[in-house]
Amino acid sequence: MAGDEPGSTIPDPPLVPDAIRTISLRKEYPPPATRRRRKVAPGVEGGATGAPSSAPVVALQGLDLAVGEGEFFGLLGPNGAGKTTTIGILTTRVKPTSGTAVVAGADVVRDEVAVRRRIGVVPQRPNPDRSLGVRENLVFHAAYFGIPRAAATLRANALLEQLGIADKALAKVDHLSGGQQQRLMIARALIHDPLIVFLDEPTVGLDPQARLALWEILRALHAEGRTIVMTTHYMEEADRLCDRIAIVDRGQLLAVDTPACLKAKAPGGTLIELALDGDAGPTAARARLVPGVLGADAAGQTLRVYGERGGELIPPLIRAAEEHGRHVHDIHLSPPSLETLFISLTGRTLDR
Amino acid sequence: MTTIAIPAEPRAPSVLRVFGALLARDVVVARRELPYFLVRTTLQPLLFIVVFGYLLPRMGFVGRGYGAALLPGIIAVSLALSSVQSVALPMVQDFGWTREIEDRLLAPVPLRVIALEKIVLGVIQGLVAGVFVLPMARLIMGPIDALSGAHIAAVLAVTILGSTAFSMLGLLMGSAIEPQQVGLMFSVVVAPMIFFGCAYYPWQGLGVVPAMKWAVLVNPLVYVAEGMRGALTPDLPHMSLAVVMGALVAISAVFWVFAIRSFEKRAIG
Repeated sequence: MAGDEPGSTIPDPPLVPDAIRTISLRKEYPPPATRRRRKVAPGVEGGATGAPSSAPVVALQGLDLAVGEGEFFGLLGPNGAGKTTTIGILTTRVKPTSGTAVVAGADVVRDEVAVRRRIGVVPQRPNPDRSLGVRENLVFHAAYFGIPRAAATLRANALLEQLGIADKALAKVDHLSGGQQQRLMIARALIHDPLIVFLDEPTVGLDPQARLALWEILRALHAEGRTIVMTTHYMEEADRLCDRIAIVDRGQLLAVDTPACLKAKAPGGTLIELALDGDAGPTAARARLVPGVLGADAAGQTLRVYGERGGELIPPLIRAAEEHGRHVHDIHLSPPSLETLFISLTGRTLDR
Repeated sequence: MTTIAIPAEPRAPSVLRVFGALLARDVVVARRELPYFLVRTTLQPLLFIVVFGYLLPRMGFVGRGYGAALLPGIIAVSLALSSVQSVALPMVQDFGWTREIEDRLLAPVPLRVIALEKIVLGVIQGLVAGVFVLPMARLIMGPIDALSGAHIAAVLAVTILGSTAFSMLGLLMGSAIEPQQVGLMFSVVVAPMIFFGCAYYPWQGLGVVPAMKWAVLVNPLVYVAEGMRGALTPDLPHMSLAVVMGALVAISAVFWVFAIRSFEKRAIG
């Protein structure tokens, strides 16, 4: 491997040992049995003969990732990008179809027990043990990791205190709010003092206040030196919290870098999106000729233009559209951000 | 090239210790639900004993001895039901919408240890059911001649092997079905199993329909009922205890193969 030479082509390798490394990680799910699922790749749908699509659903297609020890690493992508599958494989909950993943020094398939011992997992939806009380959830989870009851109780109390739900220690889980349940899940993920904490969309469904509170908790965990891997489809969240971000879409890694470097890679300065009243294809070629335009492409009736500046490009772009008989319904300007990078990489926005 | 760091080894708990913790969790939860468990396990045999052991003989529809003949079957049914239900019902919920079982699936042991713990729990619940149903039957039906020290060992052996087989079945069903199919599971699997389980008639009697006599041999309840019959009412026709034990061990082994496959498939995506 050429990685030892100075000036390696691997972008910004972390200068610390890997906490996680995946090589060509691939995951296929069997084709859905019923047709209720809409997960059919475009253009693959069975023709008029009605042969049901029996192609497996590819969730990950050869993912290579390296996360350094102590890093706060974000996996950013829209729903269905393969984020949860990635977390599932790294936490031994999903078997990869091929490829390898090493987490905290152990292979997730061959030595899953060692991996489980060293990780904590916060799931996408809180899944506390509803047959147990709040503190019992923590004390029993600790027991599964061999922590004696007395020590586990002390640690559970400390975590509940730290996460602001100490007054709920004896409550039933069902009496907690969504945000409190999420914090209980974080406490559970930490009760056995794991080296790596995985969080799958931890702030989905939380109100803004609870989200900010969670961010503070995550920052504190990071400050303790723990490796954190978090998936999210919120740009702002990834931008504010993560040391590095991997942008994934359709099971592929599109970019990985620090938020600042990623933003610098965003094409042009400003993204101008114009909604037209017809196919934007012909207009795109014309728009590229407008001075100050760095690039333009069409997606259906939407014309996307990357420009050095925002506002002053709008009149010439409207004229360009009108030359092709198109009227502009709506205009949207986005300053340089992860969002514009994401759109340029994937051709779509995160929340669609 | 960065290297894979081997971190300082966190203390590795022994498999036995994790197993104990998983079992402790289930015992704590089961103890809280003991009243419901007792209602679930004892009400049905109680009703059977009242109707078949008391009312019908008084009405003269069945002979006086029918109640006694029925007792081993009733015990077998309540043991089977309590083992199947105590494993399958919580598991259906655990694997349901929120996948509550996830926190146990993250325990640092191979998945089959987690599955095996459920079997042990089912056997314990089968034994508890026996402890409650047997004296209840004794109360209503009068002294059970055979319930002496010598037969207790046979009753215990059949109970343990029988609840093992039914716990495996519970594991298979609990991991294979969706919450909304639980009702269906009882009508399609459990009810035929009870009616064709030789619980209310000795297996020998099925000689009148030979095809059925052999077909029911796949049903583990047949062996539990016959085993209980051999221990409690040895005067009635019954299979030999050796056949009963051998069949229950074989059926348990087959169920385990299917059950662990189903469990792992459900647990790992």
